[in-house]
Amino acid sequence: MVNMIQYLHIIFLEIYKILFLLVPVLVSVAMIVWLDRRIWAFVQKRQGPNVVGPFGLLQSLADALKYMFKEVIVPSSANKVIFILAPIVTMTLALISWAVIPFSATQVIADINVGILYLFAVSSLGVYGIIMGGWASNSKYPFLGAIRSAAQMVSYEVSIGIIIINVLLCVGSLNLNDIVMAQENLWFVIPLFPMFVIFFISALAETNRPPFDLPEAEAELVAGYQTEYSGMMYAMFWLGEYANILLMCALGSILFLGGWLSPIEIYPFSLIPGFIWLIFKILFLFVLFALVKAIVPRYRYDQLMRLGWKIFLPLSLTWVVLTASYLFYFNLLPTS
Amino acid sequence: MKISRIFKTIFLLDFLSGLIIAVKEIFKSKKTINYPFEKGKVSPRFRGEHALRRYANGEERCIACKLCEAVCPAQAITIESSEREDGSRKTTRYDIDMMKCIYCGLCEESCPVDAIVQGPNFEFSTETREELYYNKEKLLDNGDRWESILAANIRADNFYR
Repeated sequence: MVNMIQYLHIIFLEIYKILFLLVPVLVSVAMIVWLDRRIWAFVQKRQGPNVVGPFGLLQSLADALKYMFKEVIVPSSANKVIFILAPIVTMTLALISWAVIPFSATQVIADINVGILYLFAVSSLGVYGIIMGGWASNSKYPFLGAIRSAAQMVSYEVSIGIIIINVLLCVGSLNLNDIVMAQENLWFVIPLFPMFVIFFISALAETNRPPFDLPEAEAELVAGYQTEYSGMMYAMFWLGEYANILLMCALGSILFLGGWLSPIEIYPFSLIPGFIWLIFKILFLFVLFALVKAIVPRYRYDQLMRLGWKIFLPLSLTWVVLTASYLFYFNLLPTS
Repeated sequence: MKISRIFKTIFLLDFLSGLIIAVKEIFKSKKTINYPFEKGKVSPRFRGEHALRRYANGEERCIACKLCEAVCPAQAITIESSEREDGSRKTTRYDIDMMKCIYCGLCEESCPVDAIVQGPNFEFSTETREELYYNKEKLLDNGDRWESILAANIRADNFYR
């Protein structure tokens, strides 16, 4: 009996920790959607959502409420089980990756030694949600959108993987906290700047953001794999997508911008706790994401594939060789 | 490819200049307005909701000449007239089907006594079609409600007619 209570205690402690992470993540996803729309509007000299709540901050909540009260329509020709499973898979995968993101040296749910591999594996699985959604809809636009999306995400995942190898060469560990600690003296954005740029662009493609939003190119494919979805199922796709964007921003700030480290270790700045720095960095990257969305036209599909396979892949591979040779020649290889 | 073109492509110079423009645009004044709370300016020649005007003494201006009915390209206007007790020619019926109307303004232009005019109001949507069949009372009521603005608009436009 005592054992049982101890057992339950551990479980509840974990659930408490998970909720403490997931609720802020979901709330910030809602806020980030607002920020995205607002920045987009501002660049185009529009007002953007500004009616619901102060500065329109509650717009996303109002939208979520609307989605909840809308009818969920399952097409009669759809494969119902997979159709319903697809948004659940997308959102779950987008959320479980947050388990390994370190908010400070101790504030991390799962401080595993293969953190970056786990992140990479989970984000690769994200393709399945989209493929399942597109295939189960049994309709042409979702199907074509899903094919495009899958091909695109797979191509850019390759270059992201090789960029991560660059960083790992300098760190010598797969643990995300070790990656952050390795940047104590110099953020990797400075020595690996070209890789940071390629990572940023690949992250845009990976999360289906403009200019790589071909899977949901309105003019050609209506809404891509989301076409047949409605109500809460659509909202879950949408939440998963933005959670993925946030995750990519978090990954970018951990790999290149020093994670939760403060930029300068002098008195007033060192007082600010680490997670606030991480949030600032994530926000900075997200604002860049939103600005890019506002200024660029959409790529053509063959251009997108060419960029991924013929430019980014060789470039990042070359950089791996360069980094490795540099570290080897100057005997800077991390020893652990 | 030219060398300068390659240079621009490698260092993403075009992209960066676009980014700088975008950041500049963010801080410029907005070109849109919060519509239901603030409204844009409307020209004196704006062709909105119709109205039938009266003279200052309360007499209807319309003399039932039916020029507007004749000129209306959408045939949205229906007029019936008869002689009143005092011998003047007045309308007994003046209907405008607002769903047929194309807001071309020919009725206003053809009117010899400035009776039928199109005012500045553009917010007269209704929940049923029946409400958009305007009759004489509705039009006269509109005229009474908007008279000061209508008169000012006609005065402002007088020079160009």
